[in-house]
Amino acid sequence: MSAEKSGKRAALGSGSRKDSAAPIQPELRRNLEALRRRSFGIALFALAVIIFYFAFGNAPSAATVFSLSAGPAIALPLIHLPLVATEIFLGIVCALLGVAQILWRTNRRIYLLLGIGLAITGVAFLAWAGKGQSVDVEGLLITSLIEAVPLTLGALSGLLCERAGVINIAIEGQFLVSAFVGALVGSATGNLWAGLVCGALAGGLIGLILAVFAITYAADQIIVGVVLDAFAVGLTSFFLQSVLVPNQAALNSPTVFDPIPIPLLNRIPIVGPLLFNQNIFVYLTILILAAVQIGLFHTRWGLRVRAVGEHPRAADTVGINVKAVRYRNVVLGGIVAGIGGASFTIGSTGQFAYNMTAGLGYIALAAMIFGRWRPLGALGAALLFGFTDALQFTLSVLNVPIPSSFLTMFPYLATILAVAGLVGRVLPPAADGQYYARE
Amino acid sequence: MSALSTERETGPASRPPFLRSLAGIFLTGNTFVITALAFFSALVIGAVIIVFATPSALQAWHGFFASPGAALGPSWKAIADAYGSLFAGSIGSPTAIAKAFATGSPADVTRALTPISETLVAATPLMMAALGIALAFRAGLFDIGGQGQMILGAAGATLGGFLFPNMPAPLHIAFALLVGAAFGAAWGFIPGILKAKTGAHEVITSMMLNYVALNLLTYLLTSPLYQAPPRVEAISKAVVPGARLPLLLGHSLRVNLGFVIAVLCVIGVAWLLKRSSTGFRFRMLGLNREAARVAGVNIELQYVLAMTLAGMLVGLGGALLVQGVDFRISPLYGGSIGFDGITVAILGRGSPLGVALSSLLFGAFTAGGRTMQVNTSIPLQLVQVLQAVLVLFVAAPGVIRTIYRIKVLHGGGRIFGGWAG
Repeated sequence: MSAEKSGKRAALGSGSRKDSAAPIQPELRRNLEALRRRSFGIALFALAVIIFYFAFGNAPSAATVFSLSAGPAIALPLIHLPLVATEIFLGIVCALLGVAQILWRTNRRIYLLLGIGLAITGVAFLAWAGKGQSVDVEGLLITSLIEAVPLTLGALSGLLCERAGVINIAIEGQFLVSAFVGALVGSATGNLWAGLVCGALAGGLIGLILAVFAITYAADQIIVGVVLDAFAVGLTSFFLQSVLVPNQAALNSPTVFDPIPIPLLNRIPIVGPLLFNQNIFVYLTILILAAVQIGLFHTRWGLRVRAVGEHPRAADTVGINVKAVRYRNVVLGGIVAGIGGASFTIGSTGQFAYNMTAGLGYIALAAMIFGRWRPLGALGAALLFGFTDALQFTLSVLNVPIPSSFLTMFPYLATILAVAGLVGRVLPPAADGQYYARE
Repeated sequence: MSALSTERETGPASRPPFLRSLAGIFLTGNTFVITALAFFSALVIGAVIIVFATPSALQAWHGFFASPGAALGPSWKAIADAYGSLFAGSIGSPTAIAKAFATGSPADVTRALTPISETLVAATPLMMAALGIALAFRAGLFDIGGQGQMILGAAGATLGGFLFPNMPAPLHIAFALLVGAAFGAAWGFIPGILKAKTGAHEVITSMMLNYVALNLLTYLLTSPLYQAPPRVEAISKAVVPGARLPLLLGHSLRVNLGFVIAVLCVIGVAWLLKRSSTGFRFRMLGLNREAARVAGVNIELQYVLAMTLAGMLVGLGGALLVQGVDFRISPLYGGSIGFDGITVAILGRGSPLGVALSSLLFGAFTAGGRTMQVNTSIPLQLVQVLQAVLVLFVAAPGVIRTIYRIKVLHGGGRIFGGWAG
């Protein structure tokens, strides 16, 4: 990487990454930040145009019903939205956000504004898609959250590894193996907790294999990850065919974790059923997310991990054992992905099926990159991807003339746009993917 | 370490020169030896897995201390059966071959040749996919989008194969192949141009394009343009007979012109890399990007060129699969061939000859695995495990060196350096 180019990278990434800001001319940085603000503002205007388009060609009396109730326990009045007025109002709000973005003096809240703009567009789209019908918004939100659980855990797994400088493409493999082990152990022992623990450990084991090959034996991390994914697909489908299918009842029919309602909190309208009446995986995800966020940025452990990921030689010279830190993080990441993988079987469907994660491990990786190697960013990206996934079910009920294939494409296209720098430069840890050995 | 070096100084000196050089090969561990040992290790791990998946063999182990022979017998039989039918299904069973020589009747000859034919059929698209990915490897790029490029190539060839049904046959074959190659090239061009213009890492973009391609395929298969009448199943119209690749060895064997085309492409890529200036620039880029830049190579242009060429080769592989074997596309078309191409390219260490040999090996695995699944209780997926373990060891020669105590002479070359590159 030439000096000029790395200077540019630092400048582009400086909006939110203080830890890598190299000394560059303040004038250049101001210009780049202004450019970014302007492009974000234009993006918000584009969203506003799309929203205005939704208002076209509708009778003034057209309306959409939004339902926010989850079951009869917490009944809320249905919300009747007059379509044209709603779309115009939302479009104006989005356009105003764009104006604010361009006139704003700092880059501090640009992602938040864009996020709000996207959320508004989502509401406008739902109102348009559900014209004359009833949209189950609460159900949509709950499905999004559940879909986001494994994605978040997978993204956190990738993040734990990559912050220490090891690329983990094996998330998909960790998902599969732990989903398999979770179903097998949960079914054979009849104890779901045993399934969860063994599933997590199975993910950790794949992490350990990755660590041995990548950290000790200097194998290319991306290659090892890809091959481990193939290995996991082969191994799980092999044992599915040869062991689970002949003994389906005994070995592949675990029960699933029941929702654990949290007293009082689960009675709160909208938020209660969404956040406080879920199974253990949702709560675990929130806990792990908080732990990683605080651990990485507010503890000595996190500082060391980030030092190893950014500049292993410097970390080594101040006495940090680079390989030990990397080993620990990669195995820990495997365990976190393992919990996410177990949620595929004992958290939702119970049975293990052939290649059941179907590439979601790669989406989790994309969520990590989209979230700019930050836990909260990863959560946001996972929720966005989960929402688009859940939206398909809602739209198939609503009979919308958009092929669901195009909606399914959305997370992938969004990720391509993200890495292509249209949503701001994504900047990985500096030593990501690089083998380290003492000279 | 010191023990090894003293042996090198004193030990082999007493042996004849031929044996000394042979010992040198094994002690230093050149790529061939590493690959062979990795293959052996994969078979050993596969054997363990076979035993675990065979209840009768596992059962016998309970009496191991009472009578070790009786405990080992069923395991040995399970392993021998599985690997035996793997061999018979990919190369040929000795009895069938002997019978073909004895009688000489066409039916017997066909039966003896069927395994080889199936191996070549399975190897053909794999060879194309791996060739494209290997070409990108040599330019320092990791094209993980083989699956998407193959889907696009197959979709293009299908379109070219049914759109103009009245074209004369040889022209029609070439036309459909070209459309397939062009579609694949377009799908490879996207990550290339994104990397050149924005620095987006090709691993992420090409991987995401795989999923875009999968969904695009789902959409196409229900569109009026592609879907076969009466439009209930998600399957495409068939490639007309005039655009299908001719069979090479009679009607009962599936091996077709596609294999010959794949071999020609291997030779072409070998020439490109070794003899052409474009290939020289690719290799410069792969060996040292900064040096290439300083030497005045337009790196961005090479990114685009290499990825487009890679996509074209993989797409052509998809076209060969449609026009030679399946004649229609269906959801998830191509399966894992695009991904297996990566492992084949790694196994072949990025060289065209290595890719050709590795894809023949993987083709043999696939063909033999089907026979194994029919003849024994061992599922086809064992083959996937064997392939993955093999490539895992090949990708980390250090592990093999440690297991077999082979001396390290030189560190393995590294291809990538993370997302930032």
